[in-house]
Amino acid sequence: MRSKVTLTRLARNSQARYGTLALVLLLALAYIGPFLGPHDWTDKDFLAFLSPPSADHWWGTTQIGQDVYAVTLRGMQKSIIIGFLVALVSTGLAALVGAAAGYFGGWVDKALMWGADLLLVLPSFLIIAIISPRLKGGSWLWFVVLLAVFSWMITSRVVRSMTLSLREREFVLAAQYMGIPGWKIIVRHIVPNLSSLLIIDATINVSGAIIGEAALSFFGFGVQPPDVSLGTLIAAGSNQVTGYPWLFLFPAGLLVLLVLSINLIGDGLRDALDPGSNK
Amino acid sequence: MNEPTTGRDAPILEVNDLNVTFRGGIKAVRGVSYRLDRGEVLGIVGESGSGKSVTSLAVMGLLPEGAEVSGSVKLHGKELIGAREEDLTRLRGKSIGMIFQDPLSAFTPVYTIGDQIAEAVRIHQKVGRDKAARRAVELLDLVGIPHPDVRAKAFPHEFSGGMRQRAMIAMAIANDPDVLICDEPTTALDVTIQAQVLEVLKTAQRETGAGIVMITHDLGVVAGLADRVLVMYAGKPVETGTVDEIYYRPRQPYTMGLLASIPRMDRPTERLIPIEGNPPSPAALPPGCPFAPRCPLRVEACEDAEPGLERIGTGGRMSACIRSHEIDLKGLDGATVYPVPEAVVRQEENRPRAERETVLKVDGLIRHYPLMKGAVFKRRVGTVYAVDGISFDIAEGETLALVGESGCGKTTTLQQIMQLQPPQGGTVVVLGEDSAKLDRAGRKGLRKDLQIVFQDPMAALDPRMPVGDILAEPLRAHGYGDGKAVRARVAELLTLVGLAPEHAERYPQHFSGGQRQRIGIARALALEPKLIVLDEPVSALDVSIQAGVINLLEDLKVRLGLSYLFVAHDLSVVRHLADRVAVMYLGKIAEIGTVDGVYGNPAHPYTRALLSAIPLPDPELERTRTRILLEGDLPSPADPPSGCRFRTRCPKRALLGEAEARKCAEAEPAVVRLAPAGDHGVACHYPENTEAVAAPGV
Repeated sequence: MRSKVTLTRLARNSQARYGTLALVLLLALAYIGPFLGPHDWTDKDFLAFLSPPSADHWWGTTQIGQDVYAVTLRGMQKSIIIGFLVALVSTGLAALVGAAAGYFGGWVDKALMWGADLLLVLPSFLIIAIISPRLKGGSWLWFVVLLAVFSWMITSRVVRSMTLSLREREFVLAAQYMGIPGWKIIVRHIVPNLSSLLIIDATINVSGAIIGEAALSFFGFGVQPPDVSLGTLIAAGSNQVTGYPWLFLFPAGLLVLLVLSINLIGDGLRDALDPGSNK
Repeated sequence: MNEPTTGRDAPILEVNDLNVTFRGGIKAVRGVSYRLDRGEVLGIVGESGSGKSVTSLAVMGLLPEGAEVSGSVKLHGKELIGAREEDLTRLRGKSIGMIFQDPLSAFTPVYTIGDQIAEAVRIHQKVGRDKAARRAVELLDLVGIPHPDVRAKAFPHEFSGGMRQRAMIAMAIANDPDVLICDEPTTALDVTIQAQVLEVLKTAQRETGAGIVMITHDLGVVAGLADRVLVMYAGKPVETGTVDEIYYRPRQPYTMGLLASIPRMDRPTERLIPIEGNPPSPAALPPGCPFAPRCPLRVEACEDAEPGLERIGTGGRMSACIRSHEIDLKGLDGATVYPVPEAVVRQEENRPRAERETVLKVDGLIRHYPLMKGAVFKRRVGTVYAVDGISFDIAEGETLALVGESGCGKTTTLQQIMQLQPPQGGTVVVLGEDSAKLDRAGRKGLRKDLQIVFQDPMAALDPRMPVGDILAEPLRAHGYGDGKAVRARVAELLTLVGLAPEHAERYPQHFSGGQRQRIGIARALALEPKLIVLDEPVSALDVSIQAGVINLLEDLKVRLGLSYLFVAHDLSVVRHLADRVAVMYLGKIAEIGTVDGVYGNPAHPYTRALLSAIPLPDPELERTRTRILLEGDLPSPADPPSGCRFRTRCPKRALLGEAEARKCAEAEPAVVRLAPAGDHGVACHYPENTEAVAAPGV
């Protein structure tokens, strides 16, 4: 019933509607688009360097003859995957750490929150910038882990304080008195009751992670060549923005659209899940 | 103010055909009419959702925007509906005073009580600052606050609940209002404090000569206070008349059922008569009479049209039922009309108590909380003696009730038992196992036999889980077998508590309060426990629903051979359900024994006061009985009085000589048996041994 109410409210929210529509279109573009284009992203057309958008190369080509359409979509796939994975990992981590700290209290709480505070004061951008190039040989998944590790702390503090009040609720007491172990209570009673917060947080984290990935990749600390992401493409295109604008505009435009649509969905979700709002 | 002059007999407040509709077409109030004369007390009675509070808010013009109000509300002949906000503001607090249920939210926390009352005076009267302050002190004195000059300088949080409610009354009568609207003024208070506040209300009415509109769900409170009663159901008045007519000769099936469903101290052994079903949702009213689906006197014509209020007999008696005249002629009452639910045949427990197995034994249980101060460097500044050495035991198949006012330590006691951890002091032995000597596995095993039902059926069920999963949780946790066995057991449990097996797929919020409490009970029963702890299991429910749950608890106990530890503040429910009762005061047991012993011959002055404070739903008895009023509030458990903890409020102490009284201050009384053979112990140096004053007819 609650999920139905949320869904109807979400559908009634025009922001969320447009956001979802835009995201679906963008996802379709990223994953179906490459099959429609005439070129593969690894293809190099030696007859057309830096050619402007044309019938053969829809979005033009790069200085080494790559098809911008194919490469950009490939980059977008990577950005989307990184965004969603980081959001999933960091929100999951925030939920578990925050709930465990709040539920168990005592030294567990102290240790976990000390760790969270420590990560909060470390300059995350710098650290990722230092570590990331050293993992050159490794998979881009390491990059996901790094991004996630530095983005869960504030949510986990919120989760912790909400858990503190949930812990006193009678259905949690009832579960304790039934002899159900603590971690099961966290997974079964506490985290589901925080789901509205977590859903909103995850959505916002997606756009945050996409921007973070793009920023790091822009400076060369993120996704490493030959792999591409929106960030590396923007970086590559940015110094030729005046002469060959298609190199920059397509990836940058898609990045803006992607983040905007996710943020719209996030805002819509917040309104739909918040019982106090009357929209 | 130039109010229109009116005759002596003109009503001060006249409400005519008041309707309130909220957004979404929810008709909260439908055609309420009443009149209130000078010095009269009108009780508006109804269960939650009957629209009684919305009615009074509409009268005050305090409804939120988006509520459509129609009809007429006349104060001294002046129309209030549609009046300008400024005019209404001038009237509120001046001609109409209001007393709310929760006095904490009615005061601003950052100003002193005295300042706030003085402000109320100064808004409506042209007086100087110091004169208003003096008036505030006078008012506080009037409502019985000790040392009013000192207390006027205190902040709201420094007042106890009862004190705050008194201050609220002082503020409401500050400008000599003509009408006082009291919305559940004593619901949040303990019985002894409730008795004090009701006395204060009577004083306030005497002083101001105001008419009082008393809104409450407690039929006992109304019986003692009101002159006339208006009963509401589903937003509509269904019966109105003088208090005696309504209580002794109800002519509307709902009123009849309501009166029959109250557990009564003076009739403890009768089976309670619940009203089947639930009140209709104001968004989806049934066609015809809204009470018809629950009514035992329903005929086909009931579904045709909703009956309006009709005059019954002579006088101002009105009832909204097409069969009222018939009821009047035949002289029917609730007990004859409503089907009395069949009681499960009680297998006589022949074995005396001493020979039965002891399921729970608590001996000298102590729980103290440190009182800390300071933000960075916490230091101990005192100790809260929440539970300070209490002992009791429960035999197999027995119900022990733990009663007392809030802050007496009953909830702490429960927690100590349920946690199954070694207590700070004393021992807790459940089914022969000492909680201090349990290991992890033993503790988990014991949890199967010890279950709990919580007070608030809303909070006790996880809103994110379907009922089937909620009931399956304890089964899975204790390895009850495969999915099929669990599902079968869930269906069995739902049937056991009077729900349908297909309810397993729904979520808790689809159920009404009474049904949710049944789910809570089903969950407690899942593992076939031997002892169930009931933490105020019916106090959050309406009376008509409460009766059904109490009957269910009684039946289950007999059928499944359960033992209950029952914590409650409602002494009439305790009288009904319990075999033995322990009265707690400030972390100690004041009196313990069989219900007949304790209720029939209360020996501790506190028990006597507690029993006499309960309002009975019987106007005649209410008028004639004398109350033992206790002075002041419960002392802080962080600083209990020396010797006998009750001595600061003890009504008996005034009768004692000086030497005798000194003993109360010096020596702490232990629980001693009154008679060597009887099951009745009391912790008082000078126990009472006379006839009960409290519950007549016992």
